[in-house]
Amino acid sequence: MTTTAPPSAAPPRAAKTVTRPGDRIFAGMSRGSGIFLLVVMAAIAVFLTVRAVSAISKDHGNFLTTFEWNAGLNPPVFGIAVLAYGTIVSSVIAMLIAVPIAVGIALFITHYAPRRVGGVLAYVIDLLAAVPSIIYGLWGAIFLVPHMKGLNLWLDTYFGWTVIFDKQDPNSAARSLFTVGILLAIMILPIITNVSREVIRQMPKMHEEAALALGATRWEVIRLSVLPFARSGIISASMLGLGRALGETMAVATVLSASPQLSAHLLDPLGGTFSQNIVAKFGEADQFGRDALIASGLVLFFITLLVNGAARLIIARRKEYSGANA
Amino acid sequence: MAKRIDVSGLTAFYGGFKAIEDISMTVEPRTVTAFIGPSGCGKSTFLRTLNRMHEVTPGGRVEGKVMLDDENLYGSGVDPVTVRRTVGMVFQRPNPFPTMSIYDNVAAGLKLNGVRKKGELDSIVEKSLKGANLWNEVKDRLNKPGSGLSGGQQQRLCIARAIAVEPQVLLMDEPCSALDPISTLAIEDLIGELKTRFTIVIVTHNMQQAARVSDRTAFFNLAAVGQPGKLIEIDDTERIFSNPSVQATEDYISGRFG
Repeated sequence: MTTTAPPSAAPPRAAKTVTRPGDRIFAGMSRGSGIFLLVVMAAIAVFLTVRAVSAISKDHGNFLTTFEWNAGLNPPVFGIAVLAYGTIVSSVIAMLIAVPIAVGIALFITHYAPRRVGGVLAYVIDLLAAVPSIIYGLWGAIFLVPHMKGLNLWLDTYFGWTVIFDKQDPNSAARSLFTVGILLAIMILPIITNVSREVIRQMPKMHEEAALALGATRWEVIRLSVLPFARSGIISASMLGLGRALGETMAVATVLSASPQLSAHLLDPLGGTFSQNIVAKFGEADQFGRDALIASGLVLFFITLLVNGAARLIIARRKEYSGANA
Repeated sequence: MAKRIDVSGLTAFYGGFKAIEDISMTVEPRTVTAFIGPSGCGKSTFLRTLNRMHEVTPGGRVEGKVMLDDENLYGSGVDPVTVRRTVGMVFQRPNPFPTMSIYDNVAAGLKLNGVRKKGELDSIVEKSLKGANLWNEVKDRLNKPGSGLSGGQQQRLCIARAIAVEPQVLLMDEPCSALDPISTLAIEDLIGELKTRFTIVIVTHNMQQAARVSDRTAFFNLAAVGQPGKLIEIDDTERIFSNPSVQATEDYISGRFG
């Protein structure tokens, strides 16, 4: 304070903040919760890393490029190549199918359907999200796999030249990465639909009116106003779905006929994914085998992290064009 | 490029609610007509019936006729999308497409109309921005987002977007109510220039504004809340503000209403 105090200056005690017990307790509790979260995260990270590093150091194959997973051998040989490939390929298939359909459903509910129909549809989608993944797995194995046969043969016949749809043994069961991808697509459909729908619904009416007043048709309104506005939200929704697809366990484990082969033929019953492999091997694995599986889990964690980072980058790069600063 | 609007016996509904009742008026080409009246009197609803934006609201429908020269906007087989391409609109809050650049905002309507050639787009965008008195402020940053402009600039961008497609009529729904006085003045000057090319209808709550910019003024009122709004009178602006023929108009413009 360099200026002289005015004659009727407030007494100095007013400058001090009064701390009340309620405030203090609440601040302590919320700070404690925050610290607790960090401690738990750190504990998990340290545990995973220590176990994973010890397992990888004893691996006699190359952890990144080895196809098979034989942690029980002496010396142990295991690698994530097939698992990473299978996880990414099945998730990409799921995204390619689910994202367009989910955005379509979201637009139908918000822009095309009569209000009542939209409400019912939204409710059904919510129900779909509530189905446990093991149910999807059972349904996939018992119903979807046998019913994929026709589609597989059709794809093989007409698109076999693309290699990816070339089914090497037409009689083999459809326990393939392709079927897994379709099942995953159904599973991640609700979350992508719901988040996209919310984003689209929150769009201010005035942006749509801007397009309408220029003489835009309904589709042009969606293209000019709705989709650009909802773009970052749809990307976030897709990433949530992708996160689920990457980590999905039971549905994959019940459907996929796993084998350590890295193949471009998506209709063949080959391949594996991280979480499917962990579920399949964890029960009979010894201490070292479990450490090896933990190492593979850590890789899955990094892949998910990378995907999320990429999504944030995409959103941030277009920030000044987003609807947020309108 | 400007056309005469001839409305006869127009009644508009929102579902079961009758918002405006039996409105008839004529708006001459290349004039500015101002709609004034208390909130809820249906002037904005009436404005929106002139380009069929009214029916975008669920339950919105209309009885009566709106003639644009000799074409009935509500005739059978008339596509509302086509109507909105000939009757442009500027809204209360500036609403440039937030994800588009300044250039793309102005070009948006042209692209809807199938203009694709770069050279043609460039010249129309420049002409429209000049027409909206915005060109000098934005010519160096046409590729920057429109949402980065100030409120007044955004509103002029919206006007540029609306006039780029050369509409017959330009509707303005309280275009200055979200703007500061300087931006308001800029828009009012612009309206004066635009009326040489377009038929302009403007809704305003600001009576000085109506007196400053318009040639004709229409006063709307409603008997009570829940009752439909009605056109009380329409006359030359000078006459409305000096010697209106209906007592209610005089009460309203002199602040003695309700």
